[in-house]
Amino acid sequence: MAQIFHPSTNTIARVSIFGGLFFAGGLLLVLNEINRSPYVTGVNVARQQPVPFSHKHHVSGIGIDCRYCHTSVETSSFAGIPATETCMSCHTQIWADSPMLEPVRASFRTGESLRWTRVHDLPGFVYFNHGIHVKKGVGCATCHGRVDQMPLMYQQNTLNMEWCLECHREPEKYVRPREEVFRMDYQPKEDQRQLGARLVKEYKIRKLTDCSVCHR
Amino acid sequence: MNARSFFLTASVLLLASCRQDMHDPPRYRPLAASEFFGDGRASRPRIADTVARGGLRLDKRLYKGREGGALIDTIPMPVTRKMLERGRQRFDIYCSICHGQLGDGDGMVVQRGFRQPPSYHLDRLRRQPVGHYFDVITNGFGAMAGYASRVPVEDRWAIVAYVRALQLSQNATIDDVPAGDRSKLEGR
Ligand code: HEC
Ligand code: HEC
Ligand code: HEC
Ligand code: HEC
Ligand code: HEC
Ligand code: HEC
Repeated sequence: MAQIFHPSTNTIARVSIFGGLFFAGGLLLVLNEINRSPYVTGVNVARQQPVPFSHKHHVSGIGIDCRYCHTSVETSSFAGIPATETCMSCHTQIWADSPMLEPVRASFRTGESLRWTRVHDLPGFVYFNHGIHVKKGVGCATCHGRVDQMPLMYQQNTLNMEWCLECHREPEKYVRPREEVFRMDYQPKEDQRQLGARLVKEYKIRKLTDCSVCHR
Repeated sequence: MNARSFFLTASVLLLASCRQDMHDPPRYRPLAASEFFGDGRASRPRIADTVARGGLRLDKRLYKGREGGALIDTIPMPVTRKMLERGRQRFDIYCSICHGQLGDGDGMVVQRGFRQPPSYHLDRLRRQPVGHYFDVITNGFGAMAGYASRVPVEDRWAIVAYVRALQLSQNATIDDVPAGDRSKLEGR
């Protein structure tokens, strides 16, 4: 009987064992890239909302403070999404007949909630708290980006664990004075390294990297 | 592709699809939508005529700004510098967009077409007791909506105190400045 395999198949076998390693490595890399891509993390994807609410108009145009609408952001884990009454404290008179605002008026008449689509959405096994970040001088813009320039809300950062830890390991690179937390166009007045080091001392900021801080 | 590697690839893909399930466990987050409750809300409104623990509000002066039905004219909390600063901050957040930073009634929203509120420095308003201001913030007034759900009671009084300070500041004369500080005003 003639040989089934030509001697050159030996090389093919060796090469494919060797190449398999690269293939497996490559697959992992691809999966990792997919995991960090906007497709999974949702970064930079503007969501459709029942009303095309524009932070650009309301925050930089009119100058409304975040807390006028996100009332519980300083004291609670949840920042708060404004009630229909909050919109209606102005829109009873401003753009009162605009068809764009009909869902808001309908909600006001019937008492039915507006259904906003969540933009930022951490997994349920992660604990996050706005209150502590505001108190220790982490600005809204550090995590949410220039909200005042977003016609529709989108997510600026990945919200990956890696991203949270980058700051939790070195908070001095990011913190600002408490009074500036809500300022969108904040620029440090002095060198961030000195300012950060001073604020970390003054506000007694700890480096929280234990798993149980966020997974509890 | 043989069966083995097919199953390997398929199970990796399956694992990837587990992701969202594990990420969204069956529990409610604040203000989430619910299919269980008739009104579609997971956050339940308070049942009528019930009082939450710690929410008993018997002190009419503090919570209503009234005593025996009449508006009170003293702030029922100690007025400190800290409180005034808190009042200024809260005023700038919740009121200045309409009433303006000085309380003149020319805030940004008014410039965009909202009805113009009266200036706080009118005689009529200067003569109003503090209870009136508390009442306006709590229940609204004419075209102005109430702010009870957004501004807690202590903050409302802080705002009232700050509005009083604004009124004093806009009607001050040189005699109100302590003698020692007058030279600063005159630029010397
Ligand atoms: C006039 C009211 C109003 C003001 C002022 C306002 N917001 Fe919002 N905000 C909303 C509404 C309504 C939504 C929900 C719709 C959406 O996502 O666009 C929202 C959504 C958001 C979200 C996304 C929430 C999610 O679904 O993940 C962020 C982040 C946010 N706001 C940050 C800010 C910041 C920072 C400021 C201050 C600079 C601010 N907002 C000021 C009304 C307001
Ligand atoms: C403090 C007053 C105020 C509040 C509160 C407010 N708006 Fe507005 N809104 C305005 C003004 C003023 C304009 C006109 C904007 C302009 O002229 O640039 C406007 C414009 C709009 C428009 C028209 C399109 C645009 O973006 O210019 C929409 C839609 C809108 N608002 C939705 C909302 C919703 C939804 C809420 C509640 C979350 C809300 N607004 C709360 C003052 C307000
Ligand atoms: C340390 C980063 C960080 C800072 C600082 C921060 N946020 Fe957020 N914010 C988040 C994350 C993460 C979420 C998603 C929370 C979730 O899914 O449970 C979120 C969600 C929100 C939401 C949606 C409602 C909610 O609470 O889930 C709003 C509104 C919001 N942020 C507003 C603000 C405002 C206003 C500020 C400034 C005072 C601010 N955030 C500061 C990280 C941050
Ligand atoms: C830009 C900086 C920054 C980012 C980004 C950030 N944090 Fe923080 N975080 C802080 C600081 C500063 C503190 C306060 C540390 C202290 O208490 O001394 C803190 C505290 C916390 C705490 C402690 C709250 C408590 O009650 O003990 C939790 C939980 C937390 N962060 C979760 C998160 C999560 C989850 C993310 C990512 C989605 C995140 N943080 C992203 C800066 C950050
Ligand atoms: C500062 C907050 C924070 C700390 C501290 C932290 N994590 Fe996480 N972790 C997160 C966030 C946010 C996510 C969600 C990431 C995402 O959405 O992909 C996460 C996700 C995970 C996941 C699931 C990954 C996935 O894709 O499903 C595991 C496992 C995990 N963390 C383990 C740990 C361990 C172990 C530690 C301690 C060494 C730790 N974490 C500390 C914030 C944190
Ligand atoms: C959306 C714009 C708007 C906001 C925000 C607003 N007001 Fe007003 N306010 C008005 C208007 C308009 C009037 C005049 C109402 C009328 O005469 O129908 C008014 C009237 C008043 C009056 C005078 C009542 C009288 O006796 O004539 C007081 C006092 C007052 N507001 C206090 C406040 C305080 C304090 C806040 C902040 C918590 C506030 N307002 C926020 C629009 C606003």
